[in-house]
Amino acid sequence: MAIPLSYNFRNLMVRKTTTLMTALGVALTVAVLLAVLALVSGLETAFAETGNPLQILVLRKGANAELSSGMSRQNFQDIKFKPGIAKNSAGEPLASLEMVTVINLQSVDSINGINVTLRGLLPIGLTMRNELKLQSGRWFEAGKREITVGKGIAKRFPDAQVGKQLKFGKGQWTVVGVFDAGGSATNSEILGDLNQISSDFDRSEGLSSVLVRAQDRGSVTAIINAMADDPRLGLEGLSEVDYYKAQTSSGAPIKYLGIFIAIVMAVGSSFAAMNTMYAAVSRRAKEIGTLRVLGFSQGSILLSFFIESVALSLLGGLIGCLLALPLNGITTGIGSFVTFSEISFPFTVTPKVMMYGMAFAAFMGAAGGLLPAQSAAKKEILTALREV
Amino acid sequence: MLRFIPLIFKNSFRNRRRSILTVLSMGASLCLLGILFSLYQSLFLSEPSQAQALRLITRHRVSLTNFLPAAYEAKIRAIPGVKDVTSWTWFGGVYKDNRDPNNFFARFAVEPDHYFGVRPDVKLDADVRQAFLTERTAAITTAKLAKQLKWKVGDRVTLIGDIFPVTLEFKMVGLFDDPEGNDSFLFNREYLREALPTGSKFRDVAGTYYILGESVDAMPRITRAVDEMFDNAPQPTKTESEKQFQLAFASFLGNLKLFLAAICAAVTFTILLVSGNTMAMSVRERVREVGILKTLGFTSGEVLGIILGEASIISLVGGVVGLLLATVLVGLLKSGPMQFANLSQMSISPAIWGICTSVSLLIGLFSAFIPAQGASRTSILDALRSNG
Repeated sequence: MAIPLSYNFRNLMVRKTTTLMTALGVALTVAVLLAVLALVSGLETAFAETGNPLQILVLRKGANAELSSGMSRQNFQDIKFKPGIAKNSAGEPLASLEMVTVINLQSVDSINGINVTLRGLLPIGLTMRNELKLQSGRWFEAGKREITVGKGIAKRFPDAQVGKQLKFGKGQWTVVGVFDAGGSATNSEILGDLNQISSDFDRSEGLSSVLVRAQDRGSVTAIINAMADDPRLGLEGLSEVDYYKAQTSSGAPIKYLGIFIAIVMAVGSSFAAMNTMYAAVSRRAKEIGTLRVLGFSQGSILLSFFIESVALSLLGGLIGCLLALPLNGITTGIGSFVTFSEISFPFTVTPKVMMYGMAFAAFMGAAGGLLPAQSAAKKEILTALREV
Repeated sequence: MLRFIPLIFKNSFRNRRRSILTVLSMGASLCLLGILFSLYQSLFLSEPSQAQALRLITRHRVSLTNFLPAAYEAKIRAIPGVKDVTSWTWFGGVYKDNRDPNNFFARFAVEPDHYFGVRPDVKLDADVRQAFLTERTAAITTAKLAKQLKWKVGDRVTLIGDIFPVTLEFKMVGLFDDPEGNDSFLFNREYLREALPTGSKFRDVAGTYYILGESVDAMPRITRAVDEMFDNAPQPTKTESEKQFQLAFASFLGNLKLFLAAICAAVTFTILLVSGNTMAMSVRERVREVGILKTLGFTSGEVLGIILGEASIISLVGGVVGLLLATVLVGLLKSGPMQFANLSQMSISPAIWGICTSVSLLIGLFSAFIPAQGASRTSILDALRSNG
């Protein structure tokens, strides 16, 4: 027969200070883990929301990023009319030749400035990015030194506001609008006219990539295969979604560092929980003896103390979640070795992240509670009753 | 007070299990604190080595991804105080299957003779040096990379270019040892140049220039001279010390300083909780004993001292255990495959030993103070009446 749970909860209540201190130790450990996971999940969301499953990014063969890729205008002509590419109402193929480079903008956060991605694209390229919504101002116009910036950029750089100017390439560029790309990584980009930008960087022929939209899902693979089968082109197509998903790896070092820290902290917290539980067991020796006399089996004593330890840690986990919640929505930036620029994204404390935190807490409680619970169960009834 | 030392020692380990658990719990936290301090120190506080202080890296002002003209090299060489300069160009490319992260390593095109001029501290056998200087397709690498990729002297290594539209086949001629601990694969820039088609814009570019100055005093002047020389050129430069250059890479991981500081704070607070909790438990159990000590003539001050002494011993032992563990872990981390920043200088230095043991001692004293004071102030009668 199991010992009622209320027995455990009352015990935790009686030893308020000890319970709270142990739980706080667990809470801090969980909070550290949650902060790191929230960072990674924010980064993942940013990349997961970028890219259309029907779209294909064409790069030079072997290049795994737009930045290291190269594309000539001739390549673009070769790609544009491949079968399977969707057309707009005017009958033009939905294919956008683009140039991507990195520029360094002065920022209040960093004396060396921050690298951001600059993308030059054809007007049709904008229509292919349905997720972009104008927040203020308007889109850049072809043939003018105008740029429209992502909201992530507008937030971090005081000069990236409508009506102001930014200096890069061969001179000044007027910011004419700010766009919102939902949760996607495009929020950290600056968009402008392809021809204007490529001539400013002396790259009228050395462009980066082509974005094409397939008619349907079946055509996606057909187009990718067609690229691979044409060695003359020396190009490679990959699904836009996969391309961005792969970039999530930028968060890997901080993720591993964070998990390592959380595990070491968890080891410490488990020992502390063990300490608390051993003290509880020795203090309640008489009670344990009484419970045994009342007919509770060794197994139920073991289970009861084990549950108490897990409950203690879960309380800590809960506090940890509360501690980590205020992080939600705080914007941070991380550099990507794929784009060589910064992506800004918010910490996202998702229910999934919190679940991980609670599971982690339960695990700490279990690891810390098992041995003390065993020692409680093994107590001889007589000696236990005799103990003070 | 000194005569109480044996008593303090005996008391510290009278509840052996609890003391050991506390020591382990504090040890885990202090181990983490030690590792984080040493990470912080190696990233932000370590002084550049003497050789390093004489080296500068010049890159394109906009970003590392923009190339500099090859003609800059001769101009930099002509600046008074410059002892030697080599171009140092990141050759991205693909080695075997690039989806396997093990196949990713740093590949640089350098001018062998000038590279040895800038890096006289690099160690390699005379015949390897000779082969690297004379054989056009020669490549050298560090022992760690050779082991990771199972290269032997004489092996052929093929890299398919992405930034550079060319496929290069190298002959591994031997190993070199970089005292800075950076693992890379070096080859002759001339080979890259000749492999590129005539007229290719990649023929006469360099990623960065690696400069050796004649004296520490001359470094600020050289830095300014280089940047001023190209200030109005279409490709302006940014020159910084090797140390700053490496730091810029670390800043790619986001706001690392804040990240480390927040975690250190959380860890310290956790130790405080753990230690406070244990001391409170231990003191609470011994109120009666305190009464007896007082009956025997110990003053409140002496009782306070004895309890505080106990706390300091336990926390000091915890600190030492933690730091020994940290030393082992740092050793493992340094030889590990994950190298996101230059970790080779990470170590648990005497300064870190000093700081961490003081932290643990202070925490021990601080956390024990409140329960100890409570116990020492209890009147003899109340103390004797208490049954823990």
